[in-house]
Amino acid sequence: MTAQLTATDPNMRLLIIEDDRESADYLVKAFREVGYVADLASDGEEGLALADSGDYDVLVIDRMLPKRDGLSLIGMLRDKGNRTPALILSALGQVDDRIKGLRAGGDDYLPKPYAFAELLARVEVLSRRHGGPAEETTYRVGDLELDRLSHRVARGKDELTLQPREFRLLEYLMKHAGQVVTRTMLLENVWDYHFDPQTNVIDVHISRLRSKIDKGFERPLLHTIRGAGYMIRDGIR
Amino acid sequence: MTAFGKLIRTTAFRLTLVYLFLFALFAASLLGYFAWNTRRLITEQITSTVNAETGEISDIYGRRGLRGLVFTIENRALRPGANLYLVTTPTGQAVAGNVGSLAPGVMASSGWQETEYRRLDDQDNTDHRALVKVTELTSGFRLLIGRDLEERRRLFGIVAQAAQWSVLIVVVLGLGGGVFVARRVLRRIDAMTGTTQRIMAGDLSGRLPVGRSGDELDRLAGNLNAMLERIEALMIGLKEVSDNIAHDLKTPLTRLRNRAEEALAKSSNEAEYRSALERTIEESDGLIRTFNALLMIARAESGQARDNMDDFDAADVANGIHELYEPLAEDDGMTLHVKTAPAPLHGNRELISQALANLVENAIKYGRPTATAQLLGVDAVIGDQGKKEILIEARRDGDKVLLSVTDHGPGIPEADRGHAVERFVRLEASRTLPGSGLGLSLASAVATLHGGDLTLGDANPGLRATLALPARAATSDRVAAQTLDVPQKVA
Repeated sequence: MTAQLTATDPNMRLLIIEDDRESADYLVKAFREVGYVADLASDGEEGLALADSGDYDVLVIDRMLPKRDGLSLIGMLRDKGNRTPALILSALGQVDDRIKGLRAGGDDYLPKPYAFAELLARVEVLSRRHGGPAEETTYRVGDLELDRLSHRVARGKDELTLQPREFRLLEYLMKHAGQVVTRTMLLENVWDYHFDPQTNVIDVHISRLRSKIDKGFERPLLHTIRGAGYMIRDGIR
Repeated sequence: MTAFGKLIRTTAFRLTLVYLFLFALFAASLLGYFAWNTRRLITEQITSTVNAETGEISDIYGRRGLRGLVFTIENRALRPGANLYLVTTPTGQAVAGNVGSLAPGVMASSGWQETEYRRLDDQDNTDHRALVKVTELTSGFRLLIGRDLEERRRLFGIVAQAAQWSVLIVVVLGLGGGVFVARRVLRRIDAMTGTTQRIMAGDLSGRLPVGRSGDELDRLAGNLNAMLERIEALMIGLKEVSDNIAHDLKTPLTRLRNRAEEALAKSSNEAEYRSALERTIEESDGLIRTFNALLMIARAESGQARDNMDDFDAADVANGIHELYEPLAEDDGMTLHVKTAPAPLHGNRELISQALANLVENAIKYGRPTATAQLLGVDAVIGDQGKKEILIEARRDGDKVLLSVTDHGPGIPEADRGHAVERFVRLEASRTLPGSGLGLSLASAVATLHGGDLTLGDANPGLRATLALPARAATSDRVAAQTLDVPQKVA
């Protein structure tokens, strides 16, 4: 399935700090297949040294590492003024562990086991945030336009009426236009829930949004990425 | 350790020793004070008698001269139990009195002094002690009047002896009492220790003996028993859970394995492999969800999630969940309503949201009137006659906040309601629908974590699941009210 995923940020350099040989090799291989540069460190000290010296776009850090644990590693980096976005991988998937991870200076948190598509989507969003353009007041994808200040949405000449939550959903999708956004990412960032609903709630919200922005237009903008999530973009790359 | 060694190591015995020491000290100082006071009293008595007599005799000397003095002294000295008298000439020769000998130099100095003396009529040759007062009369004669101190010494002796005895009695009784108390306590502690050792060895049904006196040891034993009961219940729960985990996780795992095996053996082209792999991933995602839910329940039940608690309004949670699930319900042909009133809470917002979400998911899944008819095998089509409505409600009721979800589906028979909250329980009627069977258990665990409970009631027809949680205390209400005032003033 990873073969379907493609790089949205071709020159991205990643550092993976993970002590379990097999999952580390899997991650490095998977990221390289997508087209990214991925380096590997297998303990906390080596990870700290590499992260500090190398110029990486995103760090993927296992929470429990030999020699220096993931949280203290991030803390050290932040103390030195290194702001490289860090995603924490952890077998402890609970809400308070996530909060601890983010407080320690992590930028995102993903509990194990995870789907690679989910990790990839999050890493890409993090990386864009790192070097990306400043927050704009107007987002444009194709002929779809969203004004963040006046809360107006228009496609072509048609003004669209969105519910507040639909607006925020579209805003998040358009902020990450051209990137895969997973269901959990939407639930976390648009609704601020961190639990895993057993049903397809997000899909229903997306299909409502889709019926408002895509219905009756020739070119669909909101795409479903199989096995991963959704993406808003103009045309096929 | 010997029995005696054990005995003297007990707290009761050590305390006894401390008390013993304190009481002995107390008795001794009490008697000491008594003795000292008695002595002072006797001395005072002697002093005043002697003073009076000195005055009287000086008077007689003044009026009747030496002759009168000698006569009076001789007269008084002969009385039984007489005081000590001695009159000396200016050259130091005795002229009258009953004192045979004195310590040297006594007559030379005036005033009060204690001295050794011997009476004239004394048979034995021992010295006695006396308190005497020497006065110089006119013309150089000196007068000594005093009193033997034997009485004072004897009294002091009696008190001293009493002190010895009482200390001895205190020590003997105290030690005896200490041993008695210590043995009593030790016996009961030994009984407890024996029971706890049996319990540690694995027999969780053992209970500590509780006496009828209601003393501190009984209360301790009672509390320990309550704790044991809780542990036993948890252990039984754990066993049930592990049995259920074994069943409910092994079943999908077996399915997973079988599919992989089948694909390996039979698939001939890429499409078949692909679909087998996709199903495998789906199945493992389901497993992960079940696992996460189990962990979440375990954490909520063990109270670990108490860290992330803050103040919020349950009405916001209800509105948020309504907003999230409303489209889903509509897609399933139902209507999701919400009715809220301010309901201040202190708790873990995330967990309470999830608990409510689970209740709503259940209502959407099982609260469909038509689904009932199909599941129960009823031929009659209830169809559009049934109300396809689900109501989320948040309100405050006294010191409770009630978060409820009401559907108009088949409901849960009263007999099954307690059972339905248990982990992995999926009532017969719902076996055919997907789900982990953990939703209600999680909601219940979250309620317990917040000191509330989850009740399942009848909505005639349908199910009303209610989370009753303790409302936030009134003080923080006022703070909230004050902060609410601010924008009003601005407006």
